[in-house]
Amino acid sequence: MAELHPVSLTVNGDEHSLVVDTRTSLLDLLREHLGLTGSKKGCDHGQCGACTVLLDGRRANACLVLAVAADGCDVVSVEGLEHPLQDAFVERDAFQCGYCTPGQLCSAVGLIEEAEREGAHVDGTYVRERMSGNICRCGAYPNIVAAIEDVL
Amino acid sequence: MSVSARVLGTPVDRLEGRDKVQGKARYAYEYPLDRLAYGTLLVATVAKGRIRSIDARDALAAEGVLAVLTWESAPKLPKAEGELAVLQGDRVSYRGQIVGVVIAESYEAARHAERLVRVDYDVEQHDVTLRADHPTLYRPDKVNPSFPTDTEEGDVERALREAAHAIDLTYTTPAYHNNAMEPHATTAFWQEGRLTLYDSNQGAYAYSETIAQTFDIPRERVRVIARHVGGGFGSKGTPRPHVIATALAAHHVLRPVKLAVTRQQMFALTGYRTPTIQRLQLGCDADGKLTAIAHDVVEQTSTVDEFAEQTAVVTRMLYASPNRRTTHRLARLDVPTPSWMRAPGECPGMYALESAIDELARAAGIDPVDLRVRNDPEIDPESGHRFSTRNLVACLREGAERFGWSPGGRREGRTLVGMGVAASTYPARRRPSQASARREDDGTFTVRVGAVDIGTGARTVLAQVAADALEVPLEQVRIEIGDSDFGQAPVAGGSAGTSSWGAAVVKACRTLRVSGEDEVHVETGQADEPLAKHGFGAQFVEVRVDVDTAEIRVARAFGLFACGRILNPKTARSQFVGGMTMGLGMALLEESRVDAQFGGFVNHDLAQYHVPVNADVAELDADWLDEEDPHVNPMGAKGIGEIGIVGTAAAVANAVFDATGVRVRDLPITPERLLPLLRK
Repeated sequence: MAELHPVSLTVNGDEHSLVVDTRTSLLDLLREHLGLTGSKKGCDHGQCGACTVLLDGRRANACLVLAVAADGCDVVSVEGLEHPLQDAFVERDAFQCGYCTPGQLCSAVGLIEEAEREGAHVDGTYVRERMSGNICRCGAYPNIVAAIEDVL
Repeated sequence: MSVSARVLGTPVDRLEGRDKVQGKARYAYEYPLDRLAYGTLLVATVAKGRIRSIDARDALAAEGVLAVLTWESAPKLPKAEGELAVLQGDRVSYRGQIVGVVIAESYEAARHAERLVRVDYDVEQHDVTLRADHPTLYRPDKVNPSFPTDTEEGDVERALREAAHAIDLTYTTPAYHNNAMEPHATTAFWQEGRLTLYDSNQGAYAYSETIAQTFDIPRERVRVIARHVGGGFGSKGTPRPHVIATALAAHHVLRPVKLAVTRQQMFALTGYRTPTIQRLQLGCDADGKLTAIAHDVVEQTSTVDEFAEQTAVVTRMLYASPNRRTTHRLARLDVPTPSWMRAPGECPGMYALESAIDELARAAGIDPVDLRVRNDPEIDPESGHRFSTRNLVACLREGAERFGWSPGGRREGRTLVGMGVAASTYPARRRPSQASARREDDGTFTVRVGAVDIGTGARTVLAQVAADALEVPLEQVRIEIGDSDFGQAPVAGGSAGTSSWGAAVVKACRTLRVSGEDEVHVETGQADEPLAKHGFGAQFVEVRVDVDTAEIRVARAFGLFACGRILNPKTARSQFVGGMTMGLGMALLEESRVDAQFGGFVNHDLAQYHVPVNADVAELDADWLDEEDPHVNPMGAKGIGEIGIVGTAAAVANAVFDATGVRVRDLPITPERLLPLLRK
């Protein structure tokens, strides 16, 4: 049975307070309740990465987070990104159908911040490994890596 | 008459690129409509039988549930055929088949209600396992879409007996799933007897035809809109059952309904590549000239419909040999109907043929590049027609040089390194299409064509085609696609989309320019010159195999293609590379495992069905030769959507053999299959 619960969170800088079904995922909150359909549902099981958002600055699969668990959190979805990576993706043709792209972008922004935090040496192997949670069935991987390396 | 190139041939960024990187591109499930309800599918949990009873009382009593549509409550659709006869009876023909639609005010309510519906079945014994000696094997009347089932010329058996070198080997490929990133989704509503669908598909017009036929209403009363589509790879080329289910649901509740097939459900409902068992017999003389080619294929279809993949058709045209035989046999199993997956026929067929050619080359002691060159035919062996253009030899020779082709295998510590090569080919087609062009008051032009861009770059390339045909800058062209109201147009499939739509766009734009009219509507026909029209390519792969674990890594892959004029080098490279990447998955990772006991695909999600991820693709690139083919379309181009996946798996398999000296003939080549052979 549906239980309703209040949730307040910041999405792309805007504060939202709403009452949601406790079964609602953060992904469905974004897509179905806030009209932010940029984050995509590719599997709903945390297996494809199309729903990747930045949750309190870290990348997360929004389909695996219950909306009520995101209470008080700061969420950035693709609609909230303003990053040179977006231009690099277009320039490098780092997507074809575009369905995985919002997740790739959020994931890559998260990766760049992780690398800075860890002081990691970032090369192609590092990027490929750390971007492997984001599936691109069109096979744009070499271009995704090139786009990320462009902005490092 | 060809289009003079100004914008064509330049690396224009995708026109919708900005929208896609800002999350603004709207896909089928993302249209906000008033009173929109959520649909979810109830699917069969048995593989064969009859529905004895459906008890939806608890579901209907649950909060937010509007209706549960079943075969008992759905309207009869006498014209519905095959997989589209959704909820038309109590028969269950495969596990995962649609047996109901739950419609609710929220997604959560619909998903919950699914579990409250009790469906009981009278279960019958099912059979889902393909075997070469399956008792139901039969000879279909034709293979997809309309090729002869079998062909025979000369005396294959005798040529094999008399050959200096001969092989007789069997290769198998498993079922593969397209697994586009966007799950199939439909938003449907009825208004005054008209059905509108925002749908994820590869052909808005073709969908409108089939859906109208299914509901027995005029085509004009069905509008299908597909502005952005998150990949298809063939699985969205024909309407899948959920489209009909969603339209039925919207009709039932008199509200717009949206429904997305779950990733798990996709494995039963949205098509797949048939598994194949392929016997290859090849014979050659002492110089490596082929004297016999026989390619006998066993594959599957369902009890619902027939899909006969044209697996051996490519063998009829690729190499010269006076004695040739190809056959296709099908087993009817209690499975979902196979369908199109990127290069149906050519893709699995060339895995087997190009593996066998490699094995013959080794038996004859001839370099596999040379063996292919020696057998390149002057004319199409099957039809006797000249090739419009055929540059396979150039792809092999130049590709080998650029890749640094040096097979023979070597060992670096605990790693075995080897190289493999395979040819690629795919038919170049053009189909009838309509298009319109309109001169706007502000000096711009609007061009409409019923194309769909599933990620191919068609939208961008068609704008380039229009700009050149109108002789105006790209900025003055507005291209509109993805709507069945834009006129008849073929699907984005068979690598024929851009070729066909482009020809119509050229004609519309030229007619507008020459006639001085403000708006023109045109149609174009198919390419029917008596020529053999195909794209070609050669793929080279270097693998590294761990001696202890048999883990295979593709260290380098390079494809060199000859596919007519390349209209946009940026998006074209992505097409080739994307196809090769999918081929890499086919070779090493992907396999839909059949569950003989319960009758479904057991690994039906992306955690268990492994598609290539970023770390699987190291150095992988594609390039092409300058080629212009005036015989397919006025752009001088050939389709490139599929050729990239053709041959990749063989090149990988051949490289694994080169590295290890052992051959796994059953895809995918996994450590569990390779390791026992390495240990011997």
